[in-house]
Amino acid sequence: MFLSLFQRKSETTVASKPSYPEIDCEKLRNIIYGFIRTIKDPEKPNTLEELKVVYENGVQVRKSVAENLNVVRIEFNPTVPHCSLATLIGLCIRIKLEQTVPYKFKLDIFIKKGGHASENEINKQINDKERIAAAMENPNLKKVVEQCIQED
Amino acid sequence: MGKLEHIQTLSKHIGRVWSVAWHPKGDALATCGEDKTIRIWAKEGKEWVNKVILTDGHKRTIRDISWSPCGNYLASASFDATVAIWDKKSGEFECSATLEGHENEVKSVAWSKSGHLLATCSRDKSVWIWEVAEDDEYECAAVLNAHTQDVKKITWHPHVDLLASASYDNTVKIFKEDPSDNDWICIATLSSHESTVWSLSFDKTGNRLATCSDDQTVKIWKQYLPNNSEGVPTTDGEASWKCICTLSGYHTRTVYDISWCHLTDSIATACGDDIIRIFKEDEGSDPNAPTFSLINSAERSHTQDVNSVKWNPKVPGLLASCSDDGDIKLWNFIE
Repeated sequence: MFLSLFQRKSETTVASKPSYPEIDCEKLRNIIYGFIRTIKDPEKPNTLEELKVVYENGVQVRKSVAENLNVVRIEFNPTVPHCSLATLIGLCIRIKLEQTVPYKFKLDIFIKKGGHASENEINKQINDKERIAAAMENPNLKKVVEQCIQED
Repeated sequence: MGKLEHIQTLSKHIGRVWSVAWHPKGDALATCGEDKTIRIWAKEGKEWVNKVILTDGHKRTIRDISWSPCGNYLASASFDATVAIWDKKSGEFECSATLEGHENEVKSVAWSKSGHLLATCSRDKSVWIWEVAEDDEYECAAVLNAHTQDVKKITWHPHVDLLASASYDNTVKIFKEDPSDNDWICIATLSSHESTVWSLSFDKTGNRLATCSDDQTVKIWKQYLPNNSEGVPTTDGEASWKCICTLSGYHTRTVYDISWCHLTDSIATACGDDIIRIFKEDEGSDPNAPTFSLINSAERSHTQDVNSVKWNPKVPGLLASCSDDGDIKLWNFIE
């Protein structure tokens, strides 16, 4: 049940983290859109771009100078206002970008205003990183997300 | 202005580190995270080193950890819906009990000051109070269903058996045992935050509570006892909790954790904008409408979201933090 390691030597000064290159907002915006446009709809054979769930001007990137952060805002529009898969689509967008974009950024995802009957609840859920982390430890959900975000 | 001086970076965890917890003696630090391990760090000479790794206790992320006040037990809360109790009776840390009952992710765990009670909370919206009996037995004393959404964090009052919980339903609730029938009841609901309340911390007296939220603010609440001299109304003979200060405009993302130092009275916050901030009450500020100032110069603390901050209970100014970047950092705050 346990494993104790008694270390004689200090191993605490570890090699520095991979440093993230600086990137221009417009370039980052293009890279991000390039990744989300090919995400597949969980139910249909089409991509999110083909279904107009995501679109180029739904992606905004701003530089927060004081904190030196790139803040990315993505808006998406579910196909119907009662779309039961809106949360899953938000999850796919977040996971794909976290796994693929080689730059550091902060991400906020929102449903297009008026685009869903429960938009506030869904927005809150898809921006709560603890809920996202827990969802991705659910093997069934993880599998569905991986299928949707897989590049052909 | 004060200065937050970086002492050491502890990089052993793989992936996100969710929580840090100082041993009550202040000489060891437990940490946990996405890699499903608990690591215990202690000082060897001038350096902090990883002394122990606890594995196999949980099947999913370990979200939170808490030392018992006696320092002999460590409790861990996991997304696998269980709580594990670890002790060192055999000479090495071993898991001596697993508490089951929550329906899904357990998000926080905390021992009461007396060490006789353990509280846990979950995405299942409930807060459980466990009584610590003899022989590593833990009995459920109450299941509190007062919140309408996930309960993110719980913390005990520093002196008495009073529990505070923070929730995704934007509120904080205060619970205590009703002496007439031993039932646990919610005695106050603190509503003012506009989004998820992620964490909370009492000051050393227990009369004030600091809370932090996804609404990017920190709020300070004060307890007003019945018949208080300020004339704040109370109901049913219970204290009322009033928001006496809101710190807004400082944090630019979700504030994930807060720690109120019982030695120096400084407040540290962990924020999604990668920065640790330190606040202190202004000298001579009105106790019923206090003002607080940001006293450390803002600098990049971690390379990703800061998830947890804790002041050392024995060494003034010593602060531990952890982040999505996988690091734990130790800091010395110099005023």
